[in-house]
Amino acid sequence: MEWLNSVVQGTLLGGLYALFAAGLSLIFGVMRLVNIAHGDLIVLAAYLGLTVTSATGLHPLLAMVLVVPAMAAIGYALQRGVLNQTLGDDLLPPLLVTFGLSVIIQNALLEVYSADPQKMNAGALETASVSVGGLALGVLPLLTFAIAVAVIAGLQFTFYRTALGRAFRAVSDNQDIAQLMGLNRRHIFGLAMALALAVTAVAGILLGIRTSFDPSIGGGRLIFGFEAVIIGGLGNLWGTLVGGVILGVAQTVGAKIDPGWQLLSGHIAFLLILVVRPNGLFPRVSG
Amino acid sequence: MTYKNYHVTRTSQAARIAAIVGAVVLIILIAAPWWAGRADLRLMGELFLYLALASLWNLMAGYAGLVSVGQQAYVGFGGYMLFALTMFGGLHPTVAIIAAGGLGALISIPVAALIFRLRGAYFAIGTWVMAEVFRLSFAQVSTLGGGSGTSLPVKIVKSLASGRSARESLSYWMALGAAVLVVAAVYLFLRSRNGLALTAIRDNELAAGSLGIDIWRTKFLVYIVASALTAMIGALIFLQKLRISPDAAFSVNDWTAFVIFIVVIGGIGTVEGPIIGTLVYFALRETLADLGTIYLMVLGLVAIVVMLRAPKGVWGLIRARFDLQLFPLGHRVVRTPDKGD
Amino acid sequence: MPEPVLQIAGLDAHYGDFQALYGVDMAVAAGEVLAIIGANGAGKTTLMRSISGLICNTAEQIRLRGETIGALRADQVAVKGIALVPEGRQLFPSLSVEENLLIGGQVGRPGPWSLEAVFKLFPILKERRAMPSTSLSGGQQQMVAIGRALMANPDLVLFDEISLGLAPIIIRDIYDALPGIIGEGMTAVIVEQDIAKALSVSSRVYCLQEGRVSLEGASDAVSRKDISRAYFGIE
Repeated sequence: MEWLNSVVQGTLLGGLYALFAAGLSLIFGVMRLVNIAHGDLIVLAAYLGLTVTSATGLHPLLAMVLVVPAMAAIGYALQRGVLNQTLGDDLLPPLLVTFGLSVIIQNALLEVYSADPQKMNAGALETASVSVGGLALGVLPLLTFAIAVAVIAGLQFTFYRTALGRAFRAVSDNQDIAQLMGLNRRHIFGLAMALALAVTAVAGILLGIRTSFDPSIGGGRLIFGFEAVIIGGLGNLWGTLVGGVILGVAQTVGAKIDPGWQLLSGHIAFLLILVVRPNGLFPRVSG
Repeated sequence: MTYKNYHVTRTSQAARIAAIVGAVVLIILIAAPWWAGRADLRLMGELFLYLALASLWNLMAGYAGLVSVGQQAYVGFGGYMLFALTMFGGLHPTVAIIAAGGLGALISIPVAALIFRLRGAYFAIGTWVMAEVFRLSFAQVSTLGGGSGTSLPVKIVKSLASGRSARESLSYWMALGAAVLVVAAVYLFLRSRNGLALTAIRDNELAAGSLGIDIWRTKFLVYIVASALTAMIGALIFLQKLRISPDAAFSVNDWTAFVIFIVVIGGIGTVEGPIIGTLVYFALRETLADLGTIYLMVLGLVAIVVMLRAPKGVWGLIRARFDLQLFPLGHRVVRTPDKGD
Repeated sequence: MPEPVLQIAGLDAHYGDFQALYGVDMAVAAGEVLAIIGANGAGKTTLMRSISGLICNTAEQIRLRGETIGALRADQVAVKGIALVPEGRQLFPSLSVEENLLIGGQVGRPGPWSLEAVFKLFPILKERRAMPSTSLSGGQQQMVAIGRALMANPDLVLFDEISLGLAPIIIRDIYDALPGIIGEGMTAVIVEQDIAKALSVSSRVYCLQEGRVSLEGASDAVSRKDISRAYFGIE
């Protein structure tokens, strides 16, 4: 029973990891860019949520209404201002520029908020639980998982059933010809990053409610997101959800064996999948 | 009718001058324990170790196209091997350093086998994951201090040399020696057949492959060698620090972020670049370090601006302007002086 | 001619470091079908890319209905009413047949062409509408590429080597359909290596040779000898 509980908790945790990963996956899909600052942007969103909740007294989940558009705007500006210039065949510029960005964001957060761990207060939501088949499931983890599923469904819908999604796919296929269709690729990339950071904002707020955070944890979140993407398979958002779940379960089960093994178990699961299925479980595109 | 002759050569006037200047500078540096103060000696030693790390990272990223943000794995590994081999293996520290390099080579093989399944930026993050695995694993080893780390026993420290100034001179010379060794090794490697293959791969992988160059074997080799030497440097670093802990040993900031900035600012893909970059980095650090986080933000910003505006770094700008190569690698056509008609 | 719909003056286009066009002058009358012929590397595709905005030049070098467009980006040119059927089709592999057509209409210009109109023109595409575009045969892909350009309801359509890589019978079918496609009001520029086909559908012809215009004339008046000379650059 206790093991079942771990697996279920891990599954729900996977929802949060899938949210970390979704933005990463989207950006890679549209512009073949891997944003090393992604984790730090998640943390930035958490801090923005913190500022909004402290300033307005809003519930953290409601703070999303302000933080999500703010992060989307930041994403658009970042893409058009800096990242668009790094795109091209060379691998180094986007990697090194986003790495530099990561250092800047981390230290900016340190300057403004200090290194003290922070946490957002979601009130009763944090401790509420429902009883399902003898297990006590936290409402917050359930909600997080549900949000993850909804976000991924939303992204899938956007990608495959809207004109914007068509534009994303076209630009990712062939930038030049997409321009012939009247698509300004700099604008399209900006929108893609805005969308990715909007998702990241949701992830950040949920993170900030769930655990305490400080400016240095960005790297760890990036790695979780990345592992979820690789396990699930590149180019497949539902696969990313599965990847997140596998990672979450590996971590919680590992923690059950020995609390010090939590993170290591996740990495080991990732490495095992990498050995057995280098392209992930449900790949759609190759790296 | 005058008939001018041309011949193909590798060196140039500038390279010859640089070699002479370099030799003089080297002699001055070797003599440093006699003219430099303790703090300056430590600083220079640190500079040499960073130069070595930067040259190795540059070899991997700038020539082999292997962008790793996980070399801290080997720095920490080397450090821990030093501690383990001296404390439990009874080895003399200098022997342990070399052994750490060998062990670094060994462990890099399975690591490479795993992460070479990833490409590009995913490879980069994969190297970071491996570094995390190393960190978490060593944190579990209680005999080496577990999560909080351990200090090098006095007995072992004293076995290096008797007397503190003798030890500091020795540390300094080892750091200088390491830097010279690494830069020389990188330079000679690039001059060799393998180095030529590497440059071909960097310039056009498809064409290189069609010439019969085994791309993956070459990259694999570079990864092993660079990681082994990085482990050796790591051992040296922690011999100087006298204390090790998982967070310090495997710190992304200390051993990767700063190294990357050095290489990017100095000039990636050139032998001279890391040297320039290390000097610039330390100059910035000595002047700005009081500003703490602001200093790091400035560093990040400078790296971004350099990458966007001058992707070949400071040395790249100099080289483009003056067509200089101090470490002769390329061939050039030179006119043979006329012998009269 | 009365004010040409497209006027090119002194166009020097570069392809990276390499200069591909040297002072090209050309005029396209409204409603006419113009052929551009020339050997490989003569600069035909560079010319198409310059007109459509994929290559940016000096503003005055290209005028559309008197407006200078030489320096505009491709997405800006598309809005002005120029559509390109690119060399090699270049459909979007991630999009289905229908989605490729729909994205052609992204620019949103009003006109007679719509999804239904394209399906009426090429019924086979309606059957295959949901399939990935690149799973179609070469000839069908060419139909999609043409349809995609038409969906933008352009005033000027550029056809870049639409016969490339297709079987003769398919080429014949497509060229038979061309008059119906170009229809009323549309101006067309057809780049072709197949000289006979090019001359058969056009009213005027230009020949490019190593980046320069080597011949200009009425399609039914130029002689074989003139064309050979202009094509190969033999004096």
